[in-house]
Amino acid sequence: MPGRDVWVLSEYLFRVIETRVLERVLGAGLAGGADFSEVFAEDVQRTGVNLDDGRIENLSSSRDRGAGVRVIVGETTGFAHTADLSEAGLMAAAKAAAAAASSGGGGERTVSLESTGSTPATVEVRPEAVGKETKVSTLRRADAIARSFDDKITQVSARYGDNRRRILVANSDGLLAEDDQTRTNAAVSCVATGDAGQQTGYESAGLTVGFELFDRHDIEEMARAAADRAITKLNARPAPSGTLPVVIGPGSGGVLFHEACGHGLEADLVKKGASAFRDRIGEQVASELVTLIDDGTMAEEWGHFAIDDEGNPASANVLIENGILIDYLWDQNRARQAGRSSTGNGRRQSYRHLPMVRMTNTYLRGGASDPTDIIAGVDHGVYVARLGGGQVNTASGDFVFGMTEAYLIENGKLGAPLREGQLIGNGPKVLQMIDAVGNDFEMGPPGTCGKDGQGVPVGDGVPTLRVTELTIGGTAA
Amino acid sequence: MSDRRLESRQGELLAVAEGLVSEALPGEQLEVACSEGVSTSVRVYGGEVESFTSAQSQGVGVRVIVDGREGFASAGSLDSDIAASALAEARDNARFSEPDEFAGVADDDGVDAVDIDLWNDEVLEMPTEDKIAMAIELERAVTSNDSRISGVRTASFGDSAASFVLASTSGVRAASRATSASIGVQALADDTDGRTQTGSAYDAARSPRTLDVNDVAQRAVSEAVDLLGASKPPSGTVQLVLTPRLAATIFAMISGTLTGDRIMKKRSPFVGRIGERIGSDLVTLFDDPTNAASLGADSHDGEGLACRRNNLTTAGVLDGFLYDAYNGRKAGTGSTGSAVRGTRGLPGPGVQALHVSPGASGSVDDLIASVDFGVLVFSLAGLHSGVNPVSGDFSVGVEGRMIRNGALAEPIAECTIGSTLQRLLLGVTSVGSDVEHLPSGVSTPGVVISDVMMSGSS
Repeated sequence: MPGRDVWVLSEYLFRVIETRVLERVLGAGLAGGADFSEVFAEDVQRTGVNLDDGRIENLSSSRDRGAGVRVIVGETTGFAHTADLSEAGLMAAAKAAAAAASSGGGGERTVSLESTGSTPATVEVRPEAVGKETKVSTLRRADAIARSFDDKITQVSARYGDNRRRILVANSDGLLAEDDQTRTNAAVSCVATGDAGQQTGYESAGLTVGFELFDRHDIEEMARAAADRAITKLNARPAPSGTLPVVIGPGSGGVLFHEACGHGLEADLVKKGASAFRDRIGEQVASELVTLIDDGTMAEEWGHFAIDDEGNPASANVLIENGILIDYLWDQNRARQAGRSSTGNGRRQSYRHLPMVRMTNTYLRGGASDPTDIIAGVDHGVYVARLGGGQVNTASGDFVFGMTEAYLIENGKLGAPLREGQLIGNGPKVLQMIDAVGNDFEMGPPGTCGKDGQGVPVGDGVPTLRVTELTIGGTAA
Repeated sequence: MSDRRLESRQGELLAVAEGLVSEALPGEQLEVACSEGVSTSVRVYGGEVESFTSAQSQGVGVRVIVDGREGFASAGSLDSDIAASALAEARDNARFSEPDEFAGVADDDGVDAVDIDLWNDEVLEMPTEDKIAMAIELERAVTSNDSRISGVRTASFGDSAASFVLASTSGVRAASRATSASIGVQALADDTDGRTQTGSAYDAARSPRTLDVNDVAQRAVSEAVDLLGASKPPSGTVQLVLTPRLAATIFAMISGTLTGDRIMKKRSPFVGRIGERIGSDLVTLFDDPTNAASLGADSHDGEGLACRRNNLTTAGVLDGFLYDAYNGRKAGTGSTGSAVRGTRGLPGPGVQALHVSPGASGSVDDLIASVDFGVLVFSLAGLHSGVNPVSGDFSVGVEGRMIRNGALAEPIAECTIGSTLQRLLLGVTSVGSDVEHLPSGVSTPGVVISDVMMSGSS
């Protein structure tokens, strides 16, 4: 099978692990008097291609399969995982998890599972059916286009990745659910060299789809965008230092809401008093222009899935509506403790990790303003066309995010490009200072959200918006 | 698990690796890395166990090079059929990469590995109840320490014991094993205006018995309560006082730009500058995994070569870079024994146990006393989005205390510091005398860096 993946994935996991085995394992988890037991099984296959310095450096593949067993007694969770999916392996994990959460209770408990009918996303072109030579030639095209863009482009790297993640969740409430998630991504990174040193430009795309990613995002356009960003920044001046009005461009600006309030609305942090948004349901927490939604059902988006990693269906959850805080994000454990239902936001990095409350696709609903008018309303400020990553301290609400492409605004018009720098603000304050929201909504590039050492794929998006005041961490006085 | 049993497991791991290597076809270079480990993690909240995780993990990574073409595959299991398919997949991958004359596994360079003991049986022998008790005691020590503490987000204990072996067709054989244990806590303190301040602290060691619960609790509490009343400072140029922990973060980031892959691909601000001044004459940096006191210590690198000391800067002058086998061949210097990797990824050059040579400026308190107008940094935010290792641009969020005329003054937050990695090195104006070996594997004293732009209110 030249160029095809050698590893042939198993059939759906429930055919690997028989239902009656799952029922016995869940029963063993409950045997110590536990309130809840759960088996999460996962089979992930990844392939990656790296191009750097004009050469396909390597191709890599990985395969990871295993299961984690979770047992809950009161507010204590016991967890154990294993790469051994035999009944003996699963039983050993169940016993270890039960011992860790032991309550001293006892008695025989039986579990009867009933399969829920979730529908995995459809994939047009399975990545594992695409020849490796096609993946390689996609990156070579990116390299050629970026290098021919300008003589000042001195270095180009590009990478391609796909992964297929199949999960099965069974729990002692009788739930049995599965999903089959395929994600494909690509990125191009350029270095431009000028008289004043080197600058970088980056463009990435990723969707919960197969190789049809490249029908949605043209690799040659991605290469030109990355090269153009690096070249533009060669003429960039240091960003200002201090407090100014900031206009955030459509798409990648979604990271602002991810950091400014997304994390602070996660129920686990709220419950521990580690959120600036605790006890604020029903209050006006943002400008009336702000309607914020977290939506795991958005087809094809990077944070999309049919079921979360606790077996609950993805759903669209309005978090803030016209500035009023409507709800937090919930996983099953926190929801159970609060006597309500999960919002389908229980996610985990892999079978080796416990689930916790996580975002999916988080976006600001589009407004009425023309983006040109939003910029025209600023005398002296900064336009951030492209945001990088960010970080938040959910307890204080302070957050930072990097601007990777930005321009001065002078007299209502875009001016000189600016060097990279960080913006810093306080989430609850910044949400109140949004005074314009555009009609040009876009989803941004794919992200990996990190929390307590676990990374999960997330999407976000915004239209053009304006914040009356943010602190810009430049070096110019 | 007894010492002997783990040693025999290491023998089994090596047998798996050598078994795969023996399947090399003529003209094929093969390198197999195998790992196996156990770990536990305890999180407590409100005096109760929130979660207890018990884990066993395995991994195999196979690298194949044929005619200069490299392929890689990894799997999370050492079962023979899975390891065999990893080899088949790596071979198939090699067919599609492009040849490079310098590609290949590491050749033994005759440097002897240090005999270094990174293993402590106490990790495996410690009863579960003691691990839980340590995490609960940490949480209690924080909440009972100061009435201004309103809560603890998480108090945790973690430990691991892991073995790593490597075999290749060049005859390289390496086996190492290490234990580690750590505790961490995040304290919350409520301000009068409803704002919550946080303080985080962490400790790591080879053995759980040497972890200092009270010291970690005290540090987390001080950081949180010392930030009470923090406000945004005016913008201006300041001196930064970095404790060993924060100095470790900054120097680790800078030394990350001195690795062979970045240099050979011209993606570093320090390309072509060997022999030139890149830092103030107080800056002497070297990587030395052979120092057993460092938490980054190791006997072998990620390609099985002996770890060794490599000088990076001496009195501010750039000595050299860190290389793995591939980049070392390309540069003509050979490997410096600096390949880092897990079984899930390809090796690449990296800093393993960075050391910053001590100066003569005393303790952190002495450093503070020497500064007229500056900031004692408690924490930095946005390091992954605010530092560009190619251009050197540096801009990160900061929390801490102002320093005026040698004394700590008001707490500050919601501001950034900006510079470039190049200017930070040149701006080192004092280096403390007391080296700390930090959980990150960096060994450094505190430092003062001058001429940094702070952005706050205009």
